[in-house]
Amino acid sequence: MIAAAPVRPATTNTCRVCAPLGAVLAFRGLRGCVPLVHGSQGCATYIRRYLISHFREPMDVASTSFTESSTVFGGKSNLATAVTNLRDQYAPEVVGLCTTCLAETIGEDTRGLIRDLAAADPTLPRLIHVATPSFKGCQHKGFHDTVEAILRQVAEGGERLRQVNVLAGPVSPADLRHLREVLAAIGLPAILFPDYSETLDGPSLARYEPIPAGGIGLDELARAGRSACTIQFGDTLEPGPGAVLEQLHGVPLVRLGLPIGVQASDAAFAALADAAGAALPESLAAERGRLVDAYVDGHKYVARRRVAVVGDPDLAVALAAFAAEIGMIPVLVASGAATGRMAQALALRGVAGAEVLEDADHDSIGARLAALKPDLVLGPSKSYPATRSLSIPLVRVGFPVHDRIGAGRILHLGYRGTQRLFDEVVNTLLGHAQDLSETGYAYL
Amino acid sequence: MKLISERSKQVVTAGDARAVVCDRPSVAGSVTQRACTFCGSRVVLYPIGDALHLVHGPVGCAAYTWDIRGALSSGMQLHRNSFNTDIRETEVIFGGEKKLARALRELIPVHRPKAAFVYATCLTGVIGDDVEAVCRGAAAEFGIPVIPVQSEGFRGTKKHGYSAACAALTQLIGTGDTAGIGPLSVNILGDFNIAGEIWTIKGYLERMGVEVVASMTGDGRVDDIRRAHGAKLNIVQCAGSMTSLARMMQEKYGIPYVQVSFFGLEDCAAALYEVARHFADQAVLERTRALVREETAAVLPVMAELRRDLEGKVAALYVGGAFKAFSLVKALRQLGMRVAMAGTQTGAQADYEHLKELCDAGTILADDSNPLEMAAWLAERDVDLFIGGVKERPVAYKLGIGFCDHNHERKIGLAGFVGMAAFAREVHATVMSPVWKLVPRRARASGAQP
Repeated sequence: MIAAAPVRPATTNTCRVCAPLGAVLAFRGLRGCVPLVHGSQGCATYIRRYLISHFREPMDVASTSFTESSTVFGGKSNLATAVTNLRDQYAPEVVGLCTTCLAETIGEDTRGLIRDLAAADPTLPRLIHVATPSFKGCQHKGFHDTVEAILRQVAEGGERLRQVNVLAGPVSPADLRHLREVLAAIGLPAILFPDYSETLDGPSLARYEPIPAGGIGLDELARAGRSACTIQFGDTLEPGPGAVLEQLHGVPLVRLGLPIGVQASDAAFAALADAAGAALPESLAAERGRLVDAYVDGHKYVARRRVAVVGDPDLAVALAAFAAEIGMIPVLVASGAATGRMAQALALRGVAGAEVLEDADHDSIGARLAALKPDLVLGPSKSYPATRSLSIPLVRVGFPVHDRIGAGRILHLGYRGTQRLFDEVVNTLLGHAQDLSETGYAYL
Repeated sequence: MKLISERSKQVVTAGDARAVVCDRPSVAGSVTQRACTFCGSRVVLYPIGDALHLVHGPVGCAAYTWDIRGALSSGMQLHRNSFNTDIRETEVIFGGEKKLARALRELIPVHRPKAAFVYATCLTGVIGDDVEAVCRGAAAEFGIPVIPVQSEGFRGTKKHGYSAACAALTQLIGTGDTAGIGPLSVNILGDFNIAGEIWTIKGYLERMGVEVVASMTGDGRVDDIRRAHGAKLNIVQCAGSMTSLARMMQEKYGIPYVQVSFFGLEDCAAALYEVARHFADQAVLERTRALVREETAAVLPVMAELRRDLEGKVAALYVGGAFKAFSLVKALRQLGMRVAMAGTQTGAQADYEHLKELCDAGTILADDSNPLEMAAWLAERDVDLFIGGVKERPVAYKLGIGFCDHNHERKIGLAGFVGMAAFAREVHATVMSPVWKLVPRRARASGAQP
């Protein structure tokens, strides 16, 4: 059954945040980049606070600090002041500029402003601009639009190189680190973008880094137009940010689902190995073997258990497919985003029978959880109030996870991420039943 | 630390003759820790548990303020929901008034609030929605106050948001029946019941024999606020956010006010004595003395024990309002600690002058600071502790410095005498942790790193 969330005038407990947050996250994967939010300063401050609550890392995001007069006369001088001040304090290679609903609604010609600014003062850092009005889409769209804007503005064509682009989507720093490891094991030179694995999960430091080390540099990214192909994760992307490289530079786009579960990881890693003209390395085959062995050990604990999945559309679809792969029954797949493609993506993944809620808020998701009474929910911290009131165990995944430590270290991807996820799913179900049982065996 | 030139006058050191330049908009590109007007209004009104708080704007404004604060309620928990008109492109083109009216019509019958606050945001301000007219219509339709809050983010700083929130509260105050309110009665303004703090304070006042009419807004109730004009004294705790309301109530209803702080033993005792003295009632004064004696006696041994470890340690703090900064400087001194840097988002000139007197010479005083400045000062002054909110936390932690949250998101009560003991334990837990031996900043000294 496919049910659209009822169109209601009010949202109660939203299941999404705004597009500029996605933009800031993507800009964090660019080396030497300071994100700059064009609009009221609350936008930057709120986004910083929200991202800090999840990543627990420094999050310097600047604002052009609109006032009443900039709202009337435009933010030109604010933008110039902001970029100058950022140059002097942060010495960035690049400033990632995203526009808020305010700047977009007053009809700011941001592109023109950037041109004028660069012409007037060549010492200013490069500006990359993306339009992310909060009244359109959500963080998922903001993230991918930003990746596309960066690729469009930075990638250059030329002679083909023996390398691939990997666009992994808004995954965790741990996921990105794992993908880099996999790429290294396969021996495939790759531009993994955006890469905030270091910038948003960095080490303890003796000195504050104005811009956290890590990320993909503009020089590297310029070569993205010369890659053999672009491998892009995300079932609901249509066509997704990688298409711009195909259009502009003829780099073929390979679209895959997020590699969660054995089959999805097989597909993703095979694509990478193909591109490298190499076989799957021993280390990955061993991880796969252990994962399948664990599936066997745990399959009865999860068999026919009903699960609901809440999150970013691509993550939700991939998790539902994983749940189906291990013998669980996905009964609800819900997202705050409105891609219109989740049901189709699930069907392509062979997941049948799940109720799909797009453009949903946590109020409507909570109502469906109460009606469907699943055994488990896979979702972000924001699913906690509903699962608590219904006594349904919650395995935290995705974004935001801000009622636990280590959100950036949650590994979802590959055989290894699936292994971790599988163990946690099984153990959560075992633990929940154990807590509720009268006997309370310590040996299960 | 090289400051942005526009900010050079916003930082001084105690002992300096120069006054801090403050009360000005943040300079663009200076990663300010301040938020916007909307944020100011939202924090002040948020804890009213039986009101519907509807954010009229895009999803972000509602999402980022959903149930993030530790403001507890003893009854209805409506405030912990995030209600939003979720303005999209269609409304940007055709206006959001109809959607707002429909949202109120959907939400009010379901949740049956005692009042509704409708927060204007940048977007609905700039598309020109007549929020007031929609609110008037809904109030007439449902027979409850539906109050517009002029909190468009671009209007000014957080302080403008405080004023807008106070203006909204004035629409409620004076509309209730004041029968039965005694002569020894107060309102508490500017306590937000973080982790139940207002219950601690109310407990003290009750023991003194003082009746609390309305708390604004911690554990606040619409009906209490409506009769707040019947109280005989306003106790203002968060001076920055609520003094304007206290002034208005003084002008309109002749209710005097006192500015106090319930943080720290010294300030908490002073606050209670000030209330007692105001009523010039011998019995109240006696009971207050007994209370302060008893509560202090319970807490002092805890503090003495923790102070043995904390003596001589160095702290820095960056908080929203200046009154909290005053209290923290004193409270830290009671723990044997010295303050090397104190900053606020919204301090006024007089506040900084007072901070100068309060702090040791050489203490850095900063208005509207940013992460780079703070990080530089934390390192330069080699502090052991940073006190701030969620946005300050990673600055401290990244550098391997202890941190104590003294903002609205914390889940530990720090007000009152018991709160001081909790604060001391918090400070001790972080400052004395063995993990600092392993961080790069300290590793060489402790020999933990090759």
